[in-house]
Amino acid sequence: MCLAMPAQITQLLGNERAIVNLGGVTKEISVSLLDQISIGDYVIIHVGYALTRLDENEARKTLSLFAEMLEAAHK
Amino acid sequence: MKYIEEFRNGEFAKALSQEIAENVEPDRHYQFMEFCGGHTHTIHRYGIPNLLPKNVEMIHGPGCPVCVLPMARIDKAIALASFSNVILCSYGDMLRVPGTGQKSLLKAKTAGADVRMIYSVDDAHKIAQENPQKEVVFFAIGFETTTPPTAFAIQQAKKLGLSNFSVFCNHVLTPVAMDSLLQTKEVNLDGFVGPAHVSIVIGSKPYETVSKKYHKPIVISGFEPLDVLHSILMLIQQINENRCEVEIQYTRAVNRLGNLISQQVMTEVLELRESFEWRGLGFIPHSALQIKAIYAEFDAEKRFELPETIGEEHKQCICGSVLRGVKKPMECKLFAKVCTPENPLGSCMVSSEGACAAVYAYGRVNAL
Amino acid sequence: MTEAVAIKKLSGPKLNFKNGTIDLAHGSGGRAMAQLIDQLFLVAFNNEWLNQKNDQAAFSVSSGRMVIATDAHVISPLFFPGGDIGSLSVHGTINDIAMSGAKPLYLSASFILEEGFPLADLQKLVTSMAHAAKQANVAIITGDTKVVERGKGDGVFITTTGIGMVPEGVHISGNQAKPGDHVIVSGYVGDHGVAIMSHRNNLQFQTTIQSDTASLHDLVACMIHAAPNIHCLRDPTRGGLATTLNEFALQSQVGFMIDERKIPIRTEVASACELLGLDALYVANEGKCVAICDPSDTEKLLAAMMSHPLGLHADVIGEVIEDHRHFVQLKTKIGGMRIVDWLAGEQLPRIC
Repeated sequence: MCLAMPAQITQLLGNERAIVNLGGVTKEISVSLLDQISIGDYVIIHVGYALTRLDENEARKTLSLFAEMLEAAHK
Repeated sequence: MKYIEEFRNGEFAKALSQEIAENVEPDRHYQFMEFCGGHTHTIHRYGIPNLLPKNVEMIHGPGCPVCVLPMARIDKAIALASFSNVILCSYGDMLRVPGTGQKSLLKAKTAGADVRMIYSVDDAHKIAQENPQKEVVFFAIGFETTTPPTAFAIQQAKKLGLSNFSVFCNHVLTPVAMDSLLQTKEVNLDGFVGPAHVSIVIGSKPYETVSKKYHKPIVISGFEPLDVLHSILMLIQQINENRCEVEIQYTRAVNRLGNLISQQVMTEVLELRESFEWRGLGFIPHSALQIKAIYAEFDAEKRFELPETIGEEHKQCICGSVLRGVKKPMECKLFAKVCTPENPLGSCMVSSEGACAAVYAYGRVNAL
Repeated sequence: MTEAVAIKKLSGPKLNFKNGTIDLAHGSGGRAMAQLIDQLFLVAFNNEWLNQKNDQAAFSVSSGRMVIATDAHVISPLFFPGGDIGSLSVHGTINDIAMSGAKPLYLSASFILEEGFPLADLQKLVTSMAHAAKQANVAIITGDTKVVERGKGDGVFITTTGIGMVPEGVHISGNQAKPGDHVIVSGYVGDHGVAIMSHRNNLQFQTTIQSDTASLHDLVACMIHAAPNIHCLRDPTRGGLATTLNEFALQSQVGFMIDERKIPIRTEVASACELLGLDALYVANEGKCVAICDPSDTEKLLAAMMSHPLGLHADVIGEVIEDHRHFVQLKTKIGGMRIVDWLAGEQLPRIC
């Protein structure tokens, strides 16, 4: 039920709708619950709606943290 | 799949697992509850219990909106579907949940009721527009993640003048449920792995009261296996350092205040119910939402004469205890013997996020 | 195949393949049915047996072990990316034959048509069947046509039955997996199911994934040539790879240990499964096979598969183990352990 996942906005349509791309699969969704969405943004989608923009900086930070742990583990 | 695959990296998982092992105090037993059914699913689907030290135990929580819906409400949905001019639209999982007497929406469909599986409430709109002579009812369930789309759909229905569309509203609230669970003091919990997508909507702020009141740390975790492992590590570190905070692990999607537009839409269309029944938790005040009077024409409970239903669980079903984290699925006498995904006797076995379904589908190898 | 003899055609007006539709007369056994057979089926399938216009087809076989297999096809939608019910009905039965190691010889085809079904669509499907059969070098030598009233069918249902001959010394069966054996899959899993789902109206997502529907007998012939002693072979159709492995586990009374990282899945298929909340392991395939062999055969078997167009992405995904519980166990991407259980309920109706 909480099935939500990140997808990239590839096209903005009228009427608060957009096309997203998730690993090559495209889908039309609603962006009514967000403001200021641009093409190229990553959003989290759930039951046909975008719930929030994904913060790519934060994603990279989290992954860097994991990479650091991996490096430390190898030592 | 960007921002998905990276969070399933096996090498990182090993490193996190090692970090967890190095951080646990050997004489301590850590008990964490993953509140959200989606996290229960991730934990078993990726085999996370194998990657945790023996003294870290994960306890399943009631965060599965399919599982906590009481039989009485399912019986009402089946009653709605049985009206001859109604098309009942529902998310897939709800179709197989057993009501009283082992009835279900799927069985009603086989008997001739017009029950349709949809993936988005927008589909229900379309069906209403395409079938003007029928009454289209959307069976709305879910925690705060799923509520904004329902509220928005009701707003849109009013704007479009969709006179044959209504919603059977069963949306429930997370922090209140956490509070209710901790009030019972039945389970010894050291902290919570908090829901990912509920928190996108409500932010991390609403958990602060619960955390402080019961002195339990809460780490809001992303959905992927690395997120869950990372959150468990963060919880262990909080316990060891005697901290009690609401932390956000899922920083790429969650912030303290949440999605204000979603909250606005919800407040405009919905209001708190006095009380609502939860399977396993009983009646909890102010734990669920109903449609406001200004949108009464879209409220299926006002639009239709629905029978009073009480709901009768199977006598040996312990879904309630499983949902409260008091019992594990394998402790149920019916589990895997009589109650299986093909023949579910309780809600925990039906939903893909139910603890019993997750353990049955993925985790039995660890049990036997 | 020998030269087709000249068909003795029934005189009469040409069928309107552009705008015409099937009516009850086309199944009644009378002139209309004869015209349909003449102008559509005989033209498309065109072989010496059908052209004789008997109710049966006679042929000789050399001595040996024969196999027979039958499959009903009720797939919806009828036309999907990468194929249609016509080509699928040919590939499906040929593959069932091929999974025994047999060379497919002949097919029969039985049609149940719904009143009102467009002749244009029927012509497309029958042409597609003919093409698939020709490519596979297997003739459709006998058939049947019935028509049901509007609303009592769903366009068209096709049942094909096939016979084949097993080469000397080849014994392939689902109960022959032994602990220590290797499990090989011939390529990407989940393509067919996702292609179908993308065309179901209520799911609304777009993808470039095509069904993998194909006849596998040539691939199997290469595999047997390289490793005549293959223990088990099956095509993972309904219920996907997970179901096939569970079937083998039960038949052979063994367990499996599979490595999730080795299972080939296209990114787009994985993405579609994410969107729909499905597990690709349970999604149907129509042009893949799973082989179980002794480890001493693995290298040459894999090499033979990878040098065939239908086995380019073949890989060893796991091994057979002792397990009285007959679990299919999976080492997950992150190093955890879980089981891959039997499919619960129905993932998607009318998938093949």
